[in-house]
Amino acid sequence: MAKNCHNDYKMKFSSDDEYPDLSQHNNHMAKVLTKDIYAKLRGKSTPSGFTLDDIIQTGVDNPGHPFIMTVGCVAGDEESYEVFKDLLDPVISDRHNGYGPSDKHKTDLNFENLKGGDDLDPNYVLSSRVRTGRSIKGFTLPPHNSRGERRGIEKLSIEALATLEGEFKGKYYPLNGMTDAEQEQLIADHFLFDKPVSPLLTCAGMARDWPDARGIWHNDNKTFLVWVNEEDHLRVISMQKGGNMKEVFRRFCVGLQKIEEIFKKHNHGFMWNEHLGYILTCPSNLGTGLRGGVHVKLPKLSTHPKFEEILTRLRLQKRGTGGVDTASVGGVFDISNADRLGSSEVYQVQLVVDGVKLMVEMEKKLEKGESIDGMVPAQK
Amino acid sequence: MASSFSRVLSSKRNVGILSVVGGSLTAGFLLHRQHVNAGAPGRRLYPASAEYPDLRKHNNCMASHLTPAIYAKLCDKATPSGYTLDQAIQTGVDNPGHPFIKTVGMVAGDEESYQVFADLLDPVIKERHNGYDPQTMKHPTDLDASKLQSGHFDERYVLSSRVRTGRSIRGLSLPPACTRAERREVERVVVDALAGLKGDLAGRYYSLSQMTDQEQQQLIDDHFLFDKPVSPLLTCAGMARDWPDARGIWHNNDKTFLIWVNEEDHTRVISMEKGGNMKRVFDRFCRGLKEVEHLIHERGWEFMWNERLGYILTCPSNLGTGLRAGVHVKLPLLSKDPRFSKILDNLRLQKRGTGGVDTAAVGGTFDISNLDRLGQSEVQLVQTVVDGVNYLVECEKRLEKGQDIKVPSPIKQFK
Repeated sequence: MAKNCHNDYKMKFSSDDEYPDLSQHNNHMAKVLTKDIYAKLRGKSTPSGFTLDDIIQTGVDNPGHPFIMTVGCVAGDEESYEVFKDLLDPVISDRHNGYGPSDKHKTDLNFENLKGGDDLDPNYVLSSRVRTGRSIKGFTLPPHNSRGERRGIEKLSIEALATLEGEFKGKYYPLNGMTDAEQEQLIADHFLFDKPVSPLLTCAGMARDWPDARGIWHNDNKTFLVWVNEEDHLRVISMQKGGNMKEVFRRFCVGLQKIEEIFKKHNHGFMWNEHLGYILTCPSNLGTGLRGGVHVKLPKLSTHPKFEEILTRLRLQKRGTGGVDTASVGGVFDISNADRLGSSEVYQVQLVVDGVKLMVEMEKKLEKGESIDGMVPAQK
Repeated sequence: MASSFSRVLSSKRNVGILSVVGGSLTAGFLLHRQHVNAGAPGRRLYPASAEYPDLRKHNNCMASHLTPAIYAKLCDKATPSGYTLDQAIQTGVDNPGHPFIKTVGMVAGDEESYQVFADLLDPVIKERHNGYDPQTMKHPTDLDASKLQSGHFDERYVLSSRVRTGRSIRGLSLPPACTRAERREVERVVVDALAGLKGDLAGRYYSLSQMTDQEQQQLIDDHFLFDKPVSPLLTCAGMARDWPDARGIWHNNDKTFLIWVNEEDHTRVISMEKGGNMKRVFDRFCRGLKEVEHLIHERGWEFMWNERLGYILTCPSNLGTGLRAGVHVKLPLLSKDPRFSKILDNLRLQKRGTGGVDTAAVGGTFDISNLDRLGQSEVQLVQTVVDGVNYLVECEKRLEKGQDIKVPSPIKQFK
């Protein structure tokens, strides 16, 4: 195990003197981290040197989000989830609906298992998108990685993506080196990601050395996009206008599997295990790491008193069309799956497909002045 | 109190951090750079060339001096508490440049940083402090306020006078690196000492995390309250971690002597008042500092100081005296004269807006203060401000009468 000098130095101070003041806090980490757990874990370190204080810093610095119960902790590497189980298992359980320490997660990226999804009414469903993240085995994660590692991840990713062909043929744009014209185009396409400003991310150290080794890859058709070294090693996005979620998911699954094969050939497959599924930086993205969603016009349904309840029962969540922490504009909502861990990719996208279809039918009923009471579904 | 810290640190405070490392180390330890090997980081998967930061678009002192060779030499070193080069330079890597000022681009995590990373810090210090060479020169400390001459300004022009500095508590890591326990200990040590101040210096402490709404409002109205740093220069260096834990403000009942605890340094000490009596401001400054130092000595602590670098603070720009003495002064005519900048330069003064660094002047009123920090004493620097501001006010008066003014010859820097 690598020596962590600073943590050894810190051990000379008592656990009580180091224990953070969480009295004003409202996040999953703060709810779980007792003085006992702190005392038990503070002397530990992952092989790469990531410690308990590194894990929790973002949650100490950010007491709470006004609308969402944030996770308040991050992983610095694959081993974090093992070494700091005593903290992370309860956090995972709270965040992922009681998921237990010995539960198994199912991965299913077989797009043929999705039923329907090609007939969402484009008069209501404006666009469809599926995203996930992937971490590359053998490298530490964005809160912890050094410049050398981050550049290694970028290099490997560029090599892998360059081999894609057909509908997946595309190009990489490094953040630090794109021309003004390229930047303008990426902004116009809504592809360009910016340096994180959210303190949830910056306090976790994910913006260090920006924009070194960060970039965006997309296919020529602009329907398949990969972010390199933002909040995770890779964020993979499949999207298109309209309501053909089936096609979006097909491309998502096929593209991911092609990419995974290439990384495996380089002896750097994706981080995955049968308990937590795909390993990502934030515990909220474990499992599938998948957010499948649509932008859908629901002006009447969204003002109906039962809207929130319907979403909850369908295991869906709403966001504004700017993404997380934005408001809806003109009755158009971003509707996506709420769950990530404990169910497969196919299952989660199916929930979105079936749920959105139902909500569009409800919207149509409300337009005609009819009641939707009989349509409210049972809890999924 | 002392508790865990009396176990951690020996009672011989002048040996300071050495006792933490353990073993039989002598007081000469700190003077021999090559012996500092106790804190080598464990993980190094990539060669230095793969880790060297991309500084091509950067314009700060660190970027100007961090060659690949120096990076390779220092990247595996760490101070005894484990602070590394990558940590010291992170702020300069993340912040390529400030539009108007050439920033320093690196910080110290503890007193030993200035030794362990001397190969980088010495050239940075030299550039920032106008050629001051820490290897060959000595910094004079002089807090004898009686030596200050003509410190009463014309109050038709000078609205307020202020002197600030910082002090670090030897044996505890600095804000970029300190643990929560260390930061809390700084607070305990300082607050305990300040409770011993008497007379015109007697006052009280307001902890940021525990002050009442009323207290907070009063501190805002008095312009005393400091907020969580938002400048990325500070946040990227890790100075805002665990906010507002162990941060607070102490001030005397007269509201003329103020101490910030655990903001950008362990302590920032400020003496101020309305009007132009810089002599009294400086007198109180020196008295207060000496009294606080005496109080912490009684409890077995001392300030970080050495004869090469003077008072040790987080940012290399604040080494030496760490002193910024300044006034808010009305110079509506002079400030429009094209020779204004040159006059300030030659007087070794700088201008800021009345909101402080990075603000603009309002209504011809400027914050005028000393440019230099290291290589001259406190008395010398405040005298520079006194002489300089008197000259500026004279210029303003002459311009009012339609008379011409002269650009003074540049004054000598290292006296």
